[in-house]
Amino acid sequence: MSVLDLDYMLGLVPILLSYLPLTLAMAAAGMVLALALACGLAVIRVLKIPGLNAATLLFISFFRGTPLLVQLFLFYYGLPQVLSFLTQIGGITATIMGLTLHFSAYMAESIRAAIVGVDRSQTEAALSIGMTNGQLMRRIVLPQATRVAVPTLMNYFIDMIKATSLAFTLGVTELMGATQKEAAGSFLYFEAFITVAVIYWGIVELLAWCQRRLEHRLNEAYRR
Amino acid sequence: MIKVHQLVKRFGDSTVLDGIDLEIERGEIIVVIGPSGTGKSTLLRCLNFLERPDAGRLTLGDLEVDVIRASRADILAARRRTAFVFQNYALFANKTALENIAEGLIVVNRWPREKAHARAREILERIGLADKADAYPASLSGGQQQRVGIGRAMAAQAEVILFDEPTSSLDPEWVEEVLGLMKQLAAERQTMLVVTHEMAFARDVADRVVFMEGGRIVEQGPPSRLFQAPEDPRTRDFLRKVLPDAPA
Ligand SMILES: Nc1ncnc2c1ncn2[C@@H]1O[C@H](COP(=O)(O)OP(=O)(O)OP(=O)(O)O)[C@@H](O)[C@H]1O
Ligand SMILES: [Mg+2]
Repeated sequence: MSVLDLDYMLGLVPILLSYLPLTLAMAAAGMVLALALACGLAVIRVLKIPGLNAATLLFISFFRGTPLLVQLFLFYYGLPQVLSFLTQIGGITATIMGLTLHFSAYMAESIRAAIVGVDRSQTEAALSIGMTNGQLMRRIVLPQATRVAVPTLMNYFIDMIKATSLAFTLGVTELMGATQKEAAGSFLYFEAFITVAVIYWGIVELLAWCQRRLEHRLNEAYRR
Repeated sequence: MIKVHQLVKRFGDSTVLDGIDLEIERGEIIVVIGPSGTGKSTLLRCLNFLERPDAGRLTLGDLEVDVIRASRADILAARRRTAFVFQNYALFANKTALENIAEGLIVVNRWPREKAHARAREILERIGLADKADAYPASLSGGQQQRVGIGRAMAAQAEVILFDEPTSSLDPEWVEEVLGLMKQLAAERQTMLVVTHEMAFARDVADRVVFMEGGRIVEQGPPSRLFQAPEDPRTRDFLRKVLPDAPA
């Protein structure tokens, strides 16, 4: 067995790709929920809402300070022991929950930084012509903050897609779990894992390309 | 007409505006001068409620407010009656020159987009930037940005335009074009309250010059009188520093 079994690898591709939708669905769900949560956390941090601000800081510190794998095990194996209503929680749900909380902690900080990064004098200018705080946020601050935050948020999305592979440790048969099963059946571990690596790599490259296009479009307006 | 009555503003323990009284007739051009840290910017910012004054009454056209009791609606109404031109231009970076001027008309005055854009185009014409309608602030020179800043204030059709050192951030090469536009507005009898260190502008354009020091108005009068024959020793001192050829 000196050369790669290319036929096996080619045959494996369609099998593995059939699990891609689950991988992408978990990442997409995690991303949408994490974004919503992160926006809320960022607003709390920007407005320094008493009480909530301290809780938010603790939340962010915990979810950035511990490994995602530990968090997933905590939700999947640990929490149901203490919170009985969680016994129904499946691997997919636990993964989405873990991804949401973990990544929202990171994303909250980049959204916050993007909001406070918008030049304060523009805020004053908007108020000076009689805009309300809501109009100011919607029309001036958030569009500019979005442009700053989007590249970072895209990076987190890419990280999240790769992180979905941890779901296999919770018994979810997604892209990584399927590869593991195939490899165990054929004993062609190298071929199997190099194939799945190339699949992840391809998705990430595709997204990175989209990211560059998007950034280019967002920045057009500001180029000197 | 603008009327400021006994306006007070404190930051912590320090009283930055210590009972300012000022009246401005429609069409009058007033220049405020005075040493650094004297409260000139704070006065302008209080008229626009960018700072909340601690006491006093403001009359801005048909609006009269006791600043302590000013409600949210009063503050928005006051802001609509005063337009601000900032030292650092403060243009909206995500909007073109045209959109910067039209923004307030659309959002605050609730004009339809087309009407607001048509008005913004007229203003761009008047400020000599018709060809820059679709340019974003980052691509404009400092002088052009400040002219758009003035255009944005013109669009507001406020009772008064407040200028806080509009040429102080500019490279020397752009100062004249901005002062030129301000002179043009003065000639059209736009009511203006201008804080500036440009003494030549004060002398040539102002109807009245106000000298402030230590949070108070020390002296005011037509530029010819104030510059030639200042009455207060503090005014004389200040003018001696800023005008090399001032009377001793
Ligand atoms: N937000 C603030 N908080 C605390 N102190 C302030 C604030 N804004 C202004 N001050 C203080 O108020 C005083 C008056 O400031 P202001 O900016 O009105 O002076 P100015 O006359 O415009 O000076 P300059 O010619 O340097 O612009 C200064 O001592 C300044 O330090
Ligand atoms: Mg000032």
